[in-house]
Amino acid sequence: MDQIEKNLLEAVADLHTMPDGAYNIRENGKLAARNTTANVDIVTKADGSGIDIIIKPGTKNESVHIPVILSETGLHDLVYNDFYVGDDCDVTIIAGCGIHNCGTQETAHDGIHSFHLGKNAKLRYVEKHYGEGDGTGENIMNPTTVVELGEKAHMEMETTQIKGIDSTKRVTRAALAAGASLVIREKIMTHGNQYAETDFTVDLNGEGSSANVVSRSVAKDHSKQKFLSRVNGNTACSGHTECDAIIMDEASVCAIPELTANNIDAALIHEAAIGKIAGEQLVKLMTLGLSEKEAEEQIVNGFLK
Amino acid sequence: MLELQNVSFSVTTEKGEKKDIVKNVSLKIDERFVAITGPNGGGKSSLAKLISGVYQPTGGRILFDGTDITDMPITERARLGISFAFQQPVRFKGLTVRDLITLAAGKKIDMTTACGYLSEVGLCARDYIDRELNASLSGGELKRIEIAMILARGTKLSVFDEPEAGIDLWSFNNLINVFRNMYEKVQGSILIISHQERILNIADRIIVIADGEVREDGTREKVLPNVMNGNEACSVLTSKL
Repeated sequence: MDQIEKNLLEAVADLHTMPDGAYNIRENGKLAARNTTANVDIVTKADGSGIDIIIKPGTKNESVHIPVILSETGLHDLVYNDFYVGDDCDVTIIAGCGIHNCGTQETAHDGIHSFHLGKNAKLRYVEKHYGEGDGTGENIMNPTTVVELGEKAHMEMETTQIKGIDSTKRVTRAALAAGASLVIREKIMTHGNQYAETDFTVDLNGEGSSANVVSRSVAKDHSKQKFLSRVNGNTACSGHTECDAIIMDEASVCAIPELTANNIDAALIHEAAIGKIAGEQLVKLMTLGLSEKEAEEQIVNGFLK
Repeated sequence: MLELQNVSFSVTTEKGEKKDIVKNVSLKIDERFVAITGPNGGGKSSLAKLISGVYQPTGGRILFDGTDITDMPITERARLGISFAFQQPVRFKGLTVRDLITLAAGKKIDMTTACGYLSEVGLCARDYIDRELNASLSGGELKRIEIAMILARGTKLSVFDEPEAGIDLWSFNNLINVFRNMYEKVQGSILIISHQERILNIADRIIVIADGEVREDGTREKVLPNVMNGNEACSVLTSKL
């Protein structure tokens, strides 16, 4: 692995060396390294289209790292990863994709991740997307996440895209059984002429299930963002979705909430706020001695922290 | 230290009429603790904003330690040594009390120092240091954090715009002590806009501003009795009392 690839790995998975526990590192469309443990098995799919990650029931406090790095220009990488998290597990999965494109061709990674959580399973899923490279070729990522939560399962999904991705369409579909809960926290910053679209659909199918989908984003320069959030309450359940965006320069942000209650006991809330940085926030920080640009940076960094 | 020379500030109303907010005000402030008081809408807050650079005067000059700061932006005035505590503190999603105190101090500060500033204003650092300055904090809590930021800056001139506004009575009693302590510890001057007798009571000098003009200006002993006589109330109001 060269320095560029090491840097990408650090940016998307905070990895300086090989991680503890199970991991699968994919580099330029091929397997670069893999480790399995007594409780976590990673198997290449028979047709070679991706991997299955199987976590034994009752596994606690283990982590699985599955970063993907692309440093060749012009590569289109498509991968299907299926995660089977057994009953009563309590685990963390860290995924992420880093692209270094210094060529002139488009580099793309489309990951389709499906999660199947057993009863009472707990999962924290962290996904970071990052692009770099001084070439003119675009960095494109279109991740799809499919989530099936068993009874009383709990999943927290944190997704971050801060820099360097020219175009992204992120699709998330989730179905929740009774008592299951899902928390999604998304952070996005776009700049230049970038485009980012997120499309969430959450089906609250089981009684007492709940979902909280929160997106915080900053759109700078001429970038465009679209946030779609559909929550379907099909039983006695609770759902909350929130889009909070700071818009700057000539950027554009569109937030489309769609709440459907198919049951009288479905409690659904949507909140959306799009606006520029409040003038009084800038003034306050300037009275502390910061320049306008420094004040803006502090506000944006804090917002996306 | 601070000198206002014939400072005026006017705005254009929605109807296109010119409205004078501050009219030809000249003041020289060298005292350690000066209170500005007067009726609401009289131009006090505008004066504080003109001093800190939030507003630009439409006439006159402002000097700070002999330097003409009239055309200086907010940042430069802040760096020269002017602090300004807002009447209505600003909320920030994501930024914590620690972030703001650090920015105010202008350097990385250790927990003990940060704790010192917060305990001065009656907040327990352990409970507050990592809290976001968002809607979960009450108006009174935000106000105290605003004052703690001014303490962390420790500049030559600290301007407070109605620090008592939005604070409950219990907190207010402590606030008086905060200003007493500031008076003793801080080397610079305090300019405070207030309606509160107990704040006016600890001022070296009181300036009454009404209708954009200086109505009275002098030592506490001289001005306070007149202010307390309530000579500002109109005859219609007093006839109903």
